[in-house]
Amino acid sequence: MKKSVFLGAVAATGLVAGVASAGTLDDVKARDQLICGVNISLTGFGAPDANGNYQGFDVALCKALGAAILGDANKVKYVGTSGETRFTALASGEVDVLIRNSTWTFSRDTDLKFDFVAVNYYDGQGFMVKKELGVSSAKELDGATICIQTGTTTELNLADFFKANNMTYNPVTVLDDAEGQRQYVAGACDAYTTDASGLASIRATLPDRDNHIILPEIVSKEPLGPLVRHGDNNWGDIVRWTFYSLVAAEEYGITSANVEETASSTQNPEIKRLLGVEGDLGAMLGLDKDWAKRAIAATGNYGEIFEANIGAATPIGLARGLNAQWTQGGLLYAPPFR
Amino acid sequence: MTIASEQPQGSFRLSMLVYDTRFRSWTIQIVVLILVALACSWLIHNLVTNLAAKGKDIDFGFLWTRAGYDINQRLVAYTNDSTHARALLIGLLNTLLVASLGCLLATVIGVMVGILRLSSNWLIARLMTVYVEVFRNIPVLLWILLAFVILTEVTPPPNAFKVVEGKEPLAQMWLDGSVAVTNRGTNIPEPLFSRSLGNIDLGIFLVSVDLLAIIAVMVGSFLVNRRVIRSAATTQEATGIRPATWWKSALIWAVPVPVLLYVLGFHLAYPAFKGFNFTGGIQVLHSFTALLIALSIYTGAFIAEAVRAGVQAISPGQTEAAYALGLPAGRTMRLVVLPQALRVIIPPLISQYLNLTKNTSLAIAVSYMDLRGTLGGITLNQTGRELECMLLLMGIYLVISLIISSVMNIYNNAVRLKER
Repeated sequence: MKKSVFLGAVAATGLVAGVASAGTLDDVKARDQLICGVNISLTGFGAPDANGNYQGFDVALCKALGAAILGDANKVKYVGTSGETRFTALASGEVDVLIRNSTWTFSRDTDLKFDFVAVNYYDGQGFMVKKELGVSSAKELDGATICIQTGTTTELNLADFFKANNMTYNPVTVLDDAEGQRQYVAGACDAYTTDASGLASIRATLPDRDNHIILPEIVSKEPLGPLVRHGDNNWGDIVRWTFYSLVAAEEYGITSANVEETASSTQNPEIKRLLGVEGDLGAMLGLDKDWAKRAIAATGNYGEIFEANIGAATPIGLARGLNAQWTQGGLLYAPPFR
Repeated sequence: MTIASEQPQGSFRLSMLVYDTRFRSWTIQIVVLILVALACSWLIHNLVTNLAAKGKDIDFGFLWTRAGYDINQRLVAYTNDSTHARALLIGLLNTLLVASLGCLLATVIGVMVGILRLSSNWLIARLMTVYVEVFRNIPVLLWILLAFVILTEVTPPPNAFKVVEGKEPLAQMWLDGSVAVTNRGTNIPEPLFSRSLGNIDLGIFLVSVDLLAIIAVMVGSFLVNRRVIRSAATTQEATGIRPATWWKSALIWAVPVPVLLYVLGFHLAYPAFKGFNFTGGIQVLHSFTALLIALSIYTGAFIAEAVRAGVQAISPGQTEAAYALGLPAGRTMRLVVLPQALRVIIPPLISQYLNLTKNTSLAIAVSYMDLRGTLGGITLNQTGRELECMLLLMGIYLVISLIISSVMNIYNNAVRLKER
């Protein structure tokens, strides 16, 4: 009897893993709703606001996708995921796309059977400490207790960094950002480590934000981007090119305010193709002509999304840095729309 | 005239499988067995085909690759260069540590509270009722979180112990500077041996020869002491006079172990504040303490109820008879009531031990790195082998639970009512 219960449980696990199907676009259209996996508690990137509506940099891309595919940025259902549950949620088909500041790594792309379609934020891992600790460099953290979120690449980077610098540390592995923040504030750890953007976001929510500093060392490359299940290439193309349409829109000066006007007045063939005035790029994706126009109109181009959610004018106050257009010395470079 | 009630002979008809009581029970059992087997094979087939469709296989090879992450509570040696299997072992040992200590502590609490709840002292009995009702009616996760938050929020940070010239430190160490409670853990002195006998490498972990030697001497002392008491009893039976044994027992316990400790050069390393944290000594993490306390008092409330039920199941006549023989209340409980009550107490006690052990998997809520935190948390996420990790987790918890219940069943058989 014990054996059959065991096998039943095994098989039940398999059932959950098996509901993913090939045609994600068809599923989304049939459902008339896009299901987007987002961060549950990272202010500025993905977190519910006071009314319970998800807001943030990653959430805006979900809205653009909803507008491009279904014609309405509100036809998106957000599923909050933790660092531990996110990949299972995507692999099992619980979400259509995961846009949750996830780092693009080799093994996630290959062994975990996902496809990272683009990088929407170039990030790196940093450390936040209290000013009173008197530390000005991560290399002075020998022997420190460090809070770290489980199920992330940061755990491995942390181990590598301390090893490379011949230092020791005590890891405190916390379940999610909120618990990590609580323990850091309570002083249960000397430093909190995660992506520098995440640190800026946490610092922005602290009541005494001036008492905390983010150390200058960036100890890793963390290209964060949206990802989809491996094997459904058409769906991956849709997510990739919707994102690049927002990047290209910033490059060409198309904003949510002037997108209609630009479409009717522009003489630039590339912009005409992008906005569906000329040619039919949308049909190649399985969408209609106006997909990119709707995506841009939903929440604005990449620059608008950045400034509205995490830019210098927000409490999070991140500079564009690596995330500026290639023409401005950054890494954002949309391939040609033709 | 005879009324022949002949057995139906000869020809076997298919309908007999349903209508004949001799065959019906077999028919039903075989049909159910086939259905269960079909359901299982369908589920397994589904699993295999779906995995194949996603290009995934079931492969436990990841266990032998480098883990790459660190764990803060290690009972045996581990670094981030160790394998995932080693990380699994660390997690398993952490689970077993908190589960075994939790079962022990919960039993002590449960037996005490269960008996005190029957006390004739009105106040004590009511206090114990309040304890039982409060703790068993609130989810254990909340108790774990509460214990952890209290431990981390009310204790001083390590740098409060820092000694600055001309200023009194904000916090003081306890017990003559040997114990420091910070908001990370409790730092206690560590026993060390300056003339250590070294370690034996068992392949998986090292065993301290010093510890083995101490245990061997203690067992020896125990055996010799038992022998002394037995020979005293024999003398008493033969002559009616019991020779004094207390000084022999005192010598047996007080001499060999301290002598061995002296030979090994036993001393304590006190924790001292250095840099960011205390170094030296042993740090008992608050995540461990909180988990242990919360699980013990929560499960203790259930055990208390089982103990109370067991004691009340013994007829009051037994107690009255013991009193009539002149036994005092304590001995009546210990010698008459409890041995009989154990028969009623053990079966529910097994369930409580199993519950406590399984509840240790809530440890990640307070950042305690148990089996669920290492194998089911970090390893699962870093390798993406969800199915394999979950199978291993389920298998390991199943084995632990089966071991606990079989050991407890052996004990149950030993104390049960012997019918002759």
